[in-house]
Amino acid sequence: MVSQFIKLEWKAFFRSASFGKSIGIKIFMGLFALYFIVMFLGAGLVLYPGLKKQFPDQEPLYILNSVLFYWILIDLVFRFFFQKLPVMAVKPLLILPVKRSKVVNYVLGKSALSFFNFLPLFAIVPFGVMLLVKNYPVASVLSWMLAVVLTTLIINFLNFIIESFSAETEFSFLPIIAFTGSLYALNHFNLVSFNTIVGSGFNAIYENPVYVLIPLFILVGLYLFNKKLLTQKLFLDSGLKTKVKEVKASNLEWTKNFGDIAPFLKLDLKLIWRNKRTKSSVLMLAMGLFYGLFFYPNPQFKNLEIIFIFVGIFSTGIFLINFGQFIPAWDSAYYKLLMSQNLKYEQYLKSKFTLMAISVGILFVLGIPYVFFGWKILVAHFAAAIYNVGVNTHVILLGGSFNRKKIDLSQKAAFNYQGTGAVQWLIGIPLLLLPMGLFALFYYLVNFEMACAIIAGLGIVGAVLHKPFMKAITAKYLDSKYKMIDAFDQDN
Amino acid sequence: MILTSNLSKKYAGNQVLNIETLEIPKGQSFGLVGNNGAGKTTYFSLLLDLIKPTTGHITNNNIQVNESEDWKPFTSAFIDESFLIGYLTPEEYFYFIGELRNQNKADVDALVGQFEDFFHGEILGQKKYLRDLSKGNQKKAGIVAALIGNPEVVILDEPFANLDPTTQIRLKAIVKDLAETKGITVLISSHDLLHVTDVCERIVVLEKGEIVKDLQTSEATLKELEAHFAN
Repeated sequence: MVSQFIKLEWKAFFRSASFGKSIGIKIFMGLFALYFIVMFLGAGLVLYPGLKKQFPDQEPLYILNSVLFYWILIDLVFRFFFQKLPVMAVKPLLILPVKRSKVVNYVLGKSALSFFNFLPLFAIVPFGVMLLVKNYPVASVLSWMLAVVLTTLIINFLNFIIESFSAETEFSFLPIIAFTGSLYALNHFNLVSFNTIVGSGFNAIYENPVYVLIPLFILVGLYLFNKKLLTQKLFLDSGLKTKVKEVKASNLEWTKNFGDIAPFLKLDLKLIWRNKRTKSSVLMLAMGLFYGLFFYPNPQFKNLEIIFIFVGIFSTGIFLINFGQFIPAWDSAYYKLLMSQNLKYEQYLKSKFTLMAISVGILFVLGIPYVFFGWKILVAHFAAAIYNVGVNTHVILLGGSFNRKKIDLSQKAAFNYQGTGAVQWLIGIPLLLLPMGLFALFYYLVNFEMACAIIAGLGIVGAVLHKPFMKAITAKYLDSKYKMIDAFDQDN
Repeated sequence: MILTSNLSKKYAGNQVLNIETLEIPKGQSFGLVGNNGAGKTTYFSLLLDLIKPTTGHITNNNIQVNESEDWKPFTSAFIDESFLIGYLTPEEYFYFIGELRNQNKADVDALVGQFEDFFHGEILGQKKYLRDLSKGNQKKAGIVAALIGNPEVVILDEPFANLDPTTQIRLKAIVKDLAETKGITVLISSHDLLHVTDVCERIVVLEKGEIVKDLQTSEATLKELEAHFAN
């Protein structure tokens, strides 16, 4: 039976419509994975001698144990965003003579083979070997290593439980942030010192290997809980009954002020507010807005003006980048309708343009408090905002005409690569690097004021040329109409 | 009204449609039947300029559809669910289509109000998004949306599929009324020979992309079609 499942997976992977197309993303993910492997391997090799050197009078293993709590928290957050329960297409199996528990066990078992569960081994094995070489008791070291592996699996299954609960809430990453955040806070303010509890737990396992049974029991418990959750979901109606929420329709009358683009503007606002994926990218706005706080409080960047323009472009343009890069794929589900309807392509694009331009304005205003870190920052942000409105909006709309990937609106956004193609990576160059390069050039050749003026000036030129730009972009979209319709028709 | 000449469509050398000439006069209710892969949806897609013809062209009211977009104001269609916007309620969807077709809310309300029977109380005022409606109800909304804005040409791809018997009967009455009293050119494709002979004045049979029969509907048509498809 299991071999049948594996065959199904194999075919699903190699016969998927996007196989080959998304090879770029796979390479990117591969490099990412390789990077982490090297990092963990390095950590595993350096950890023992390093700790010994830094804290000569303490036991390296105990020091490591005392910080394992933080590893657990970080791993949980990371997995939440990157690791998905490896579901298989279960629906056709429901009526076949396959026991439900078998399907569930297979799916859960497969998740144990995730890359995330192997990653700690790259650090733990060299560390453990080093302990053995230094003549630590073999049974103790092995049971400690086993405990770490079990903990990894505990995190693995805990993550799926959190995910299954957060899938039902509107803002999908609130539960994980709340959960890990409160654990961290409890620990940080010494209300409950998880740090010590986890640390002494691992110490105890090291001293008395029998205690390794405790994580084992926890793991089994979590596995069974997961199994229960999943088995409940293996009915068709449990998937159907969830969403019968009443819709609060709003008519958005105020959009009338925008004249002939009003219907599209209304549609776009509803698109953003009523779909999971777009909704969670609204949350990204907050991230973009506070992005400057990573740099500005740090005195190191105080006089590094180039960073101002980067943060300026990014924080006033976060919506533009996030939303704009998937024009027109947002409308891919009903693209055929739009193309056969009585609509002017130009109005359709102009609505997107207006939305992005307004967002830049709002984000700039919200970012004004950055003036606290120096007036130069505000000036640079202002120049960046003008550049965003005048140049980047057009660039990203033009980029959209190369868009050939459909988007499923009901999926959540964070680290969702659906709809991402080479265009999305390439477009970053004109969007971010070009203004930064120009800014740097004039900054070093002339001065800060001149560099800002150049960036703002380009933005103004772009805004003045808005009409001819839009004409050219519209022509480009019309040109690739058939290709887009065809591409949006395919499931990937 | 609709004139097709030398139209063909090939995919990777595979001919899926080849129509030398086909003329559909104004106000005709026109039925297209054929087995799977006969080219029905391909023809409708070409008519809506959603795919590019390999050779030939279609003119809709003397406008060549792949050259100009001026056919759009008087042509409307419901081909499949990709013509629906899932995150809108049916009402919002009707108003959106209405706005694109220069109809105000009152116009849309008046038109949609005529179809209360057809909706059977399952579409309006449900406070549900289109994506959460059943297949049949989605189809009802899509078909009615295709009638908004006084179109002169209405194209419906398999409108009877997925509908319950009551709704099928009501839809037949609606389609007949469109062609007979309002002079609208209606193009329908269907796998249901009985429905299509009931509704359409003229029926064209496609087979592997070619027209093999072109019949004015009469008493004998259903028998003839059944005999044709039995082989």
